[in-house]
Amino acid sequence: MPSASQPLTSLQIGGSGTVSQINLPPEHCRRLQEMGLLIGTHLQLIRFAPLGDPLEIKVRGYHLTIRRHDAEQILLQPK
Amino acid sequence: MEPPTNPATPAHPPSPPHFPPAFVVLCGNPNSGKTTLFNALTGLRARVGNYPGVTVERKEGRLQGASADRPVTILDLPGAYSLSPQSLDEQISRDVLLQRLPDVPAPALVIVVVDASNLERNLYFASQVIELGWPTLIALNMADVAEKNGQIIDTLKLGDALGVPVISTVASDGAGVPELKQMILATVRGGEKRGSSKTLCDLPPALSREAEAVAQLPALRRHPALARAEALLIVSDEKFLAGGRGVYPPEVAMAAAAARARLEKAGVDWRSSAIEARYARLTAIQQSVVTETNADQVTLSDKLDGIVTHKIWGMLIFIAVMALMFLSIFTFAQWPMELLSNLFTWVGDWVHKTMPGGDLESLLEKGVVLGVGSVVAFLPQICLLFLFIGLLEDTGYMARAAFLMDRLMSKVGLHGKSFIPMLSSFACAIPGIMATRTIETPKDRLVTILVAPLMSCSARLPVYTLLIGACIGGVWMKSLTMLCMYLLGIGVALAMAWLFKKTLLKGETPMLVMELPPYRRPVLKVVLRHMWDRAKLFLQRAGTVILGINILLWFLVSYPTHPEIKREFAAKQAEILQSLAQKPRTLTTNELAGALDQLNADRDSALVQGSFAGYAGKLLEPAIAPLGFDWKMGIGILASFAAREVFVSTMSIVYSAAKHEGEKEQAHNQNLQKILAAQKRPDGSPVYTPLTAIALMVFYVLAMQCASTVAVVRRETNSWKWPVFQWVYMGALAWALAFATYQGGLLLGFH
Repeated sequence: MPSASQPLTSLQIGGSGTVSQINLPPEHCRRLQEMGLLIGTHLQLIRFAPLGDPLEIKVRGYHLTIRRHDAEQILLQPK
Repeated sequence: MEPPTNPATPAHPPSPPHFPPAFVVLCGNPNSGKTTLFNALTGLRARVGNYPGVTVERKEGRLQGASADRPVTILDLPGAYSLSPQSLDEQISRDVLLQRLPDVPAPALVIVVVDASNLERNLYFASQVIELGWPTLIALNMADVAEKNGQIIDTLKLGDALGVPVISTVASDGAGVPELKQMILATVRGGEKRGSSKTLCDLPPALSREAEAVAQLPALRRHPALARAEALLIVSDEKFLAGGRGVYPPEVAMAAAAARARLEKAGVDWRSSAIEARYARLTAIQQSVVTETNADQVTLSDKLDGIVTHKIWGMLIFIAVMALMFLSIFTFAQWPMELLSNLFTWVGDWVHKTMPGGDLESLLEKGVVLGVGSVVAFLPQICLLFLFIGLLEDTGYMARAAFLMDRLMSKVGLHGKSFIPMLSSFACAIPGIMATRTIETPKDRLVTILVAPLMSCSARLPVYTLLIGACIGGVWMKSLTMLCMYLLGIGVALAMAWLFKKTLLKGETPMLVMELPPYRRPVLKVVLRHMWDRAKLFLQRAGTVILGINILLWFLVSYPTHPEIKREFAAKQAEILQSLAQKPRTLTTNELAGALDQLNADRDSALVQGSFAGYAGKLLEPAIAPLGFDWKMGIGILASFAAREVFVSTMSIVYSAAKHEGEKEQAHNQNLQKILAAQKRPDGSPVYTPLTAIALMVFYVLAMQCASTVAVVRRETNSWKWPVFQWVYMGALAWALAFATYQGGLLLGFH
């Protein structure tokens, strides 16, 4: 049985999962999608910035930064 | 003219046929090594300018090795992640590729630089460009890095999958560049005709049908080969038509809206299904062409990042890097600046000595030479800052700096990348404002430009030093006052940034999606090249305006000339000399020199007070009296609108602080401090009280008294609207806060 989706921000550092839902307004997340972060994409949480925000993720083999309040809206199926 | 050798040839000399240069466009993702490749292809000669109407760098060069009769021009487009732009840079790239800029010709060839170590994401843009149907070739760059990371790419297979030639290059050491040059020459010589546009993603049938229908509209028939790719963007990107600047008639927008409505009804997500389809195809391509030899290994870059973005070490490294950068601009740049300033003083003196005195001499010495000098004086700071920025960008550290600082800057609605321009502005707002080009979001960039001059720059330092030295007692109080001035600037800058983001420049800011590129060794030639380009642009564009304003200010303090004042002082001088001739030994040589210097100083003071600037100071007095300033300070404030440090030299003229031969600058300034402290109002109270001095400093913290900054903001925002707005808002703020300081101080019983 698949475990429930959880927001990206609740992953352990180094933990990874598959994007199951993006609850951001569609007109705002075009660039996110174009950078390769889509439903079904595998991603890994690398670290939070020293001041706690933003955070760094690894997606399709490269590193990307997004802010915490956006990351909270990205839900994952953890692996 | 030679007679025709063959009677059959026409009268015109037959050969060589003159071809216009073939036009090649180089594009690709940011951090793909595109600029390094451009330099490898064109050598060191490139023309740098701006695209008309925007401040995006336009870089063009001639392909090295092309024959003289068939030259090839290469245009280096700004880096872009997609054809749906988020920044001005990306917008220019899209508009060139879609042939929407009138002064950029159709490319004979498009080269897409693809970072082999980040293949899938780079292919997103590459595949969009390939679909436009131009003759295209892929430069698969940094294949060496990919191999180190354990990925071997089959270039032939990749070429087959994409339907365009792929050439493997390592731009930093020149590998593959000769092959790429040959391929470029072969393509432009062959004059390959544009084919119909290719399709690299399998769209949902409904979306595909709608795009086809839009492509059939007459408005898109201008470039039939582009039409399908253009139509897909029209349907799937709601911002595409807004950026079209009247290229498309209204029926296109109507057709797009109708198509989207039908797609929504059919349950097709018109926004993201094209992106999803493209990535599905790219994932398949990537899996078929890449052999993973050592999957999931931790790269050196990853290990480095563990330290550089570490909670403690990362912050310490950041502070060290910023301190080094700041100190360099603030201290090291002083050496060449002093040299330059001495050089221009020397040239001015030379003009003074060799030319007969008069208006022309005065214009040359005090207007042109000093004006050019004040333009060139900025060069060391600009060069140093851009050397640093180039290194930070090209090593990949810039993105980490933004990553570390984003939380702080986002509190006032700005981006992490605003940090470095703001920090640089403590040394000088000119390079700081020029550095805002690294900020992608136009609104964030504009807000940063608007608040950057509030940071206390090095030109305010002499003003603070003079006033604090004259009016504030005690070492601790002096230091505390200085610190407060710096803090006031920072506080007001952050508050205004927040206010601008809430009011004037509100509206949606695109969400932060920033790549953290792998660390790379910078190519020094590229960094130095960039530094030189920026310096040249500054000299050409801002320099002329700065020079003009300097000449205007020279006019205001030099006219009207008062021959009667000059005659009067010449008579006094003659009197002294005569009395000395009658009674020698009443004055020592030193005393005589002192008396004559004082006489000259008194004359210059009288002349300035009678100049247009002097009248303006008196005219201004009612407006600045509530701040505790008198008309003499008014002259200083007015003259400071050329540059703040002019306040010190102007005050020294107004209060006729005589400058003696061989006197050290510092001694002269201390003398001026004493003179200021001794000034009395008609009622006998001192003019320069601590409260007046603080109000005056508050004014200098906030007012935009710098012609050069105005010129650079005009340059960087490409309109007079923003520098005028900035000048007015900072002036109003300066007046209001100086007023509050002075009147509040009076109410609290200070004086």
